[in-house]
Amino acid sequence: MSDMVLMKGNEAIAEAAIKAGCRHYFGYPITPQTEVAAYMSKRMPKIGGTFLQAESEVAAINMVIGVASTGKRVMTSSSSPGISLKSEGISYLAGCDLPALVVNVQRGGPGLGGIQPSQSDYWQAVKGGSHGDFHNIVLAPASVQEMASLTVKGFELADKYRMVSMILADGTMGQMMEPVSLDIESTFNVEKPWAVTGTKGERKHNIVNSLFLQPEELEKKNFERFERYKLVEANEAMYEEYLMDDAEICVVAFGITSRVAKNAINEARKQGIKAGLIRPITLWPFPKAALYNAADKCKAFISVEMNMGQMIEDVELSIRCKKPVHLCCRTGGMIPAPEQVLAKIIEVNEKEA
Amino acid sequence: MAIVFEKPKALTDAVLHYCPGCTHGIIHRLVAEVIDELGIEGKTIGVAPVGCSVMAYNYFTVDFVQAAHGRAPAVATGVKRSDPDNIVFTYQGDGDLAAIGTAETVHAAARRENITVIFVNNAIYGMTGGQMAPTTLPGQVTQTSPYGRDVSTVGYPVKVCELLSNVDGAAYLERVAVNNVKNIRNAKKAIKKAFQNQIDGKGFSLIEVLSTCPTNWGMSPEKALTWLEDNMIPYYPLGVYKDITAEKEAE
Repeated sequence: MSDMVLMKGNEAIAEAAIKAGCRHYFGYPITPQTEVAAYMSKRMPKIGGTFLQAESEVAAINMVIGVASTGKRVMTSSSSPGISLKSEGISYLAGCDLPALVVNVQRGGPGLGGIQPSQSDYWQAVKGGSHGDFHNIVLAPASVQEMASLTVKGFELADKYRMVSMILADGTMGQMMEPVSLDIESTFNVEKPWAVTGTKGERKHNIVNSLFLQPEELEKKNFERFERYKLVEANEAMYEEYLMDDAEICVVAFGITSRVAKNAINEARKQGIKAGLIRPITLWPFPKAALYNAADKCKAFISVEMNMGQMIEDVELSIRCKKPVHLCCRTGGMIPAPEQVLAKIIEVNEKEA
Repeated sequence: MAIVFEKPKALTDAVLHYCPGCTHGIIHRLVAEVIDELGIEGKTIGVAPVGCSVMAYNYFTVDFVQAAHGRAPAVATGVKRSDPDNIVFTYQGDGDLAAIGTAETVHAAARRENITVIFVNNAIYGMTGGQMAPTTLPGQVTQTSPYGRDVSTVGYPVKVCELLSNVDGAAYLERVAVNNVKNIRNAKKAIKKAFQNQIDGKGFSLIEVLSTCPTNWGMSPEKALTWLEDNMIPYYPLGVYKDITAEKEAE
């Protein structure tokens, strides 16, 4: 087994990005993700990379666009209000078909909200989150190890499909420390003949652009992009199943709430209730097939979220409303306790008997 | 037969979409001539703005990125940091650079980002049909200042070179105009220096080019050139506002 180190989730993201070959980071301080920037400011100068603290989140995402245009791996990180500021740039990244990694270590909202953990940017992340027809690949880590491994995966998927990969973490994931193996590397690389690297007099000039004034042309671009999205949906959905073989109650949760849910499920099992968990690891593409199949054998679903119920809509759509879906949530920076989830499992088990 | 005048190599064969009499064409040509003369076509990357020159990427033979409104200096920062050996320039209008992109402009200068900025000031938003710009003159009539720019309610024009001359990081700032032959020749000299500064690693160079917008000013091209001379130059005096290379020579 490789050497384990004790690290904060935010630091694990930063080191994993470096392992993945990212040498350009642009950020702006905001709680609870600032450790990513602090870590990069220490490491990048030592390895010939760029750390730049931008004048705003808006500037940082546009610097990301600049590096992404040249074909190199590049990232930025922020927390909820900062991601809203970056959303303009995320739309341009999508419109220009540029790969990049964006990290959102979520805090409570709306507005300035709070600085405690939240999952309330789910809609923003998985439904595009900015103007225009597009999707991001959204990855939801549930451990510090996954903060690292999904960062590498995120860069690879971004390059493979010329999309933005977003790590949708939360304040807990960013701040908590766990043992992590950083014996990871990225072996996936693609040619980027579209990049602006200077023509060197050897080829026609490359143009990175999202403007198409002819509607026929823009429609064609969007059709092409959504053909690619279909491939992502068909090939890249990731999820974890826990005690689902004989489950009658299917809990659906991602990130930190999935760990709370596992505790509650273990307790429910002790009380004779057959509960299980489906944990989406990719939130877009959403693991629709896994949920749809579960709908045949489970009598009810419970969506556990740290928001007022956002993912629950995707659960309902995935199972085509074949079974009842209940919500168990806290919001505003509050984390559901295992007892709350257990109580919900017991309640739903009795109600749907 | 000797060729005395030809299209610069750094310009494509695409037909410019600019209105008749618009001076963007002259400024494009000056930038292209400079790219040719410095022999940097193969390693130059342009960043296009939002505004009339949004489609500049079609007119230069160099690699180009099209940026969001006002964000060109931030995009250029990323392009330049990715490969500092490349020559990176932005081409921006007054709304783009001096209104929505003020923060990006000031901070790229403050960082002494080693890029070249071509700032076209025609005192109006051209692409959207002639609205008040941050550089619209006091009293000037536009679609959104129909009674003339009233400084008591909408404030004063932004003088970009003067503003940036107080930013320590700015390396070279010059305001030029393209309303007559003499000024066009000076403009080319300034643009060439702004690119040479980047090659020499001197840092942030910005050339403000006073330009005309006959269509939205509601004038003939010829009258627009006179209007620029009579109204814009007195408010926006031409000249060098900062030059760290000259300061060093003087020491």
